[in-house]
This record gives sequence, structure tokens and C-alpha cells, in this order.
Amino acid sequence: MGRYVLQRLLGMLVVMFVVVTIVFVIVRIAPGDPAAVMLGPDATPQDIAALRARLGLDRPLFVQYVFFLAQLIRGDLGESIFLNQPVLSALAERAEPTFFLTLFSILIAAVIAIPIGVLSAYKRGSLFDQTATTLAMLAASIPSFWLGLLLIQFFAVRFSLFPVSGYGGPGASFATRLSHLVLPAFALGVVSSALILRFTRASMLDVLSDDYVRTARSKGMGEFRVVMKHAFKNALIPVLTVIGLTAALLVSGAVVTETVFGLPGVGSLVVSAVLRRDYPIIQGALLIIAALYVLINFLIDMLYLAVDPRVRY
Amino acid sequence: MAAVASTPEQASLLSLLIRRKTVLVGLAILLAIACLAILAPVIAPYAPNKLSIVNRLKPPGTTFWFGTDEFGRDIFSRTIYAGRLSLLVGASVVCFASVFGIALGLVAGFFRRLDAPTARFIDAMMAFPDILLAIALVAALGPSLATVIVALGIVYTPRLARIVRASTLVIRELPYVEAARALGVPTWRIMTRHVLRNLVSPILVQATFIFAYAMLAEAGLSFLGLGVSPEIPTWGTMIAAGRQYVGSADWMTLFPGIAIILSVLSLQMVGDGMRDLLDPRFRRDL
Repeated sequence: MGRYVLQRLLGMLVVMFVVVTIVFVIVRIAPGDPAAVMLGPDATPQDIAALRARLGLDRPLFVQYVFFLAQLIRGDLGESIFLNQPVLSALAERAEPTFFLTLFSILIAAVIAIPIGVLSAYKRGSLFDQTATTLAMLAASIPSFWLGLLLIQFFAVRFSLFPVSGYGGPGASFATRLSHLVLPAFALGVVSSALILRFTRASMLDVLSDDYVRTARSKGMGEFRVVMKHAFKNALIPVLTVIGLTAALLVSGAVVTETVFGLPGVGSLVVSAVLRRDYPIIQGALLIIAALYVLINFLIDMLYLAVDPRVRY
Repeated sequence: MAAVASTPEQASLLSLLIRRKTVLVGLAILLAIACLAILAPVIAPYAPNKLSIVNRLKPPGTTFWFGTDEFGRDIFSRTIYAGRLSLLVGASVVCFASVFGIALGLVAGFFRRLDAPTARFIDAMMAFPDILLAIALVAALGPSLATVIVALGIVYTPRLARIVRASTLVIRELPYVEAARALGVPTWRIMTRHVLRNLVSPILVQATFIFAYAMLAEAGLSFLGLGVSPEIPTWGTMIAAGRQYVGSADWMTLFPGIAIILSVLSLQMVGDGMRDLLDPRFRRDL
């Protein structure tokens, strides 16, 4: 078991190293001089040279890479060009809305998807199952930003139930800030519920045909207990995996949704960084989000190890 | 060997596929959207960029079926013209991802020494959320139609490569591949004729989903102003323009949104039907 954990840990470190290299390459494939692109057409050659020196772009590529790795090991993601603050603190300042948006979206998605997925598998082939799978496919086809605009139109503009945009401004209470997250979380939650529903249904279908479920039934156990206690408990592990991975991927949905709702989160920071060509911010956000994904993947593997004895080889 | 065996199999798959209601409906919707987009110059009642200030923000009616935008341009004409670009992006991304994904997956699956580094590279690429990676690539390369296609192509290449690699690892060990090796068939011929031919179905399923995801991602990029130039009508840029008029001219966002949903939904219906057919667990439902 210890060897397996060590193997997975090493695998994770290798993937992280490749992730770091990819991020380094992406920023450097920009045609022309990144410093000139960042400063715009009005920059003087002196300004460009100064920025090149500040970002280390005047050094050979390999030296830049080594410095980049050394900086990362020290936990330094560089400094934003336009915000004049370290990338890590800029991202940390914007993390709260993104964190709660992701959390609530996942909760909404799970609350919608898990019961429907379980029932869908139990009533396989029925009208309920067909309607649920069609609706899931429809939900997966909706762009979250479009659903967001629709929700704004009905619940914010027409019925004034929720705020149209923003995060309540400085000094807003926690409840006010949360009220700004209801519509965006719902938009993201509905769209991402499709994947969780599909996994729950497939996972339940797998376990419902297993021998132990048949044994439980033949012992005369009630259907509700068979489904919830025997089947659902075992079907939950792959569902938790997909919930974990969806959480990491939701950050990507948050990029667009935060822009629609004017939420000052990591997503809108990335979009404004792209428009201003603030490469250190883009680089930092990419790294942190990819690292989170790799870490969640690793933690899920470890969770499997803890709950499923068959994995302990 | 494989070629002879696969022909009747593929023919029966096709007939089973067409017998599935969801696949048929999906194909019909997709065909209708493709026809509208291709025949846009013939069908569109107005030129997509024709300005008419007196007709600005007109609601849907008999003159303007889907209403007009803030410059008096006909939303219906713009929606069907925008379909051309969305379909073009989707198809191009599928081609890009297929060429590179198949090559990467085949090489990784076939040559043991290259497997570990390629697999780690695929894992690392998959760690980036799709739209975020596309945004970063567009930021690096500069926004344009070609950049959007290349960026999304790079994003979806690992997704296809992963499936090709996994299937190649299995097929590589099958007796008929071993027999071909023993007969002295060159490696490239084994890879293309004996391995790739048997991967057509899973590749097709994945390609259908990539088509759908690429259309969604393109709409997202255009919505953020990071896709093609805002003057070119795409469903994403049309929704972005309509954002200012939510509550007063909802038709500006409604129709391009429905166009995206219908396109993505139809592709998912076709892809889902194909996947169910290839999965023995679902096949017994037929």
C-alpha cells in the first residue's frame, strides 16, 4: 500500500512538472516580444527594455526556465504588470467569490443530479428515465453564460428577487455577498449537473445488477433499503470522483459566469488579464488551477484507497 | 483480415444507429442547421451586416422573424450566417484534434518507450480546464479565427489521444496484430491498417463530442471578446451584444442561444447513440 501511495505521489509530481513546463511554453510562444505586447504600441524602447529585464526575458530561454522553476519552488508566482502586486496575493484577494461560487454550484448540481440519477437507474427504460436523460443532455448543451443572462432577465430584472451583478461592494455583509452568488451558482450548477447525473445513473446501473443486490432482495429486504443501503453506498465512490473533478473544472465555467455577473473573482481577473496581456497573472492562474486539478485527482485516488479494500494492492 | 471482418460489422452498426430514435432526431436537427448555414446567402432575407437605424431593436414579427439588434440588423439572417462560422470552427477543431490526437495516441500506444512520457504529457494537458487553456493560448497567439481553431484544437487533442492510446494498448496485443508482425508487415502498415481501422468507431464517438464542446467553447470565447473579431456574426458575439439589452430586447440573446443549444444537443444525441451502441451494457436495450 505504501508503495502504491509513493508511486502515485511520484506520478503526481511528474505531471505537475509537465504542467509547469507547458505553462512556461504557452507564455513564451507569443509571437514577437511579450514585453512589447504587454506595454502596447505607445511604449518606448527603454520601457520595453526595462520590462524585459524585470521579467527576466533578456536571459536565454533555458536560464529563464531554471529561474521560473526556482521561483515556483520558493512559492513566488511573479508580479502582475498592471496591478503592481504579487500574483499570489492578487489571486488570493479574488479567491473568495470563486470558491463560494464553485462550492454552491457543486452543491446545487449534486442535489439535482444524484436523486434523479439514482431513480433513473432504478426505473431504467421508463418514461422518467428517458425524460431525465434527455433533460441532462439538454442541460449539458446550454452555455452557462446564456443561462446566466436568462436568469438575470427573470429573477433580477423582472422580479427583482436577486441582485443583477457585482458582489455587494466593499464592506458588504456575508449574507449580501451570498445573495449575489445565488443566480451564478444556479446557472453553473444546472449546466454541470448533467455530468454528475450521467455518472450516478451509470454507476447505479452497474451495482444494481451485482450479486449482492440480488442476495439482499432474495433475503426479502425492502426495495428502498436495497437501493439506498446496498446499491447507492457502493455506487457513490465513482460519483464522488466525478464531483471532485467537476469542482476543478467548474473554475473554467466560473471564468465566463463571473464575467456575466460582474463577480470580482479569479475568473474575471483572468479575463481582464488576457485583455491587458498581463502574462504573469495568466501564468499564475493556469498553474494554480491545474495544480488543484492534479491534487484533487490524487486525493480522490487516496480516498479510493481508504474506502475500497480492492484498491489496496 | 480486420478489413474484411469489419465491413459487415460496421454496416450493421450503421443500420442499428439509424434505427435509434434519438440518433435520427439528432441527425435531422444537425442536417437542418447545416443546410440553413450553408444556404444562408439564399435563405437570409437581409444581408447579415445591413444596418437600418429606423428598424433598431424591433421585436420578432412578420418583417423581422427574430427581431433586430441595436443597429437594426436582422437577427434571423445573422443567426444563420453565424452558424457557418460555428460549424466551421467545430469541424476544423475536430480535424485538428483528430490528426494530432490519433498520431499522438497511436505512437504512445504502439511504442512502449514513448508511452510513459506521452501519457504524462496527456495527463498534464488534461489538467487544464478547456476554456481556460484556450483563453491562455488565444492570449499568447492573439485573437483571430485561425487562433481560436488552433487553440481549441490543442485543447481537445489530448482528449482524443487518450482514447486512441488506451485502445491501441489493447489492440497491440491481439493475435492478428502479432500475426501481421510475424508475417513481416511494416510497422506503419500495422498501425494504420490493422490498429487504426479498428479504432474508427470510438474515434467517431469522441469526435462528435469534441465537435459539440468546440462549438460551446468558441461561443464562450467570442462572448468574452477573445474569439473572432466582434464585427463577424457568431452566436457568442451576438449574445455578448445582447447582454446590454437584457430585459428590453431579450430576443437578441434568446435566438443565438437557442441555436447553440440545438447544435450542441443534436451532436450529443448522435454521439450518445453511437456510444450506447458500442457499449455492450447498453446494446441489449436495442
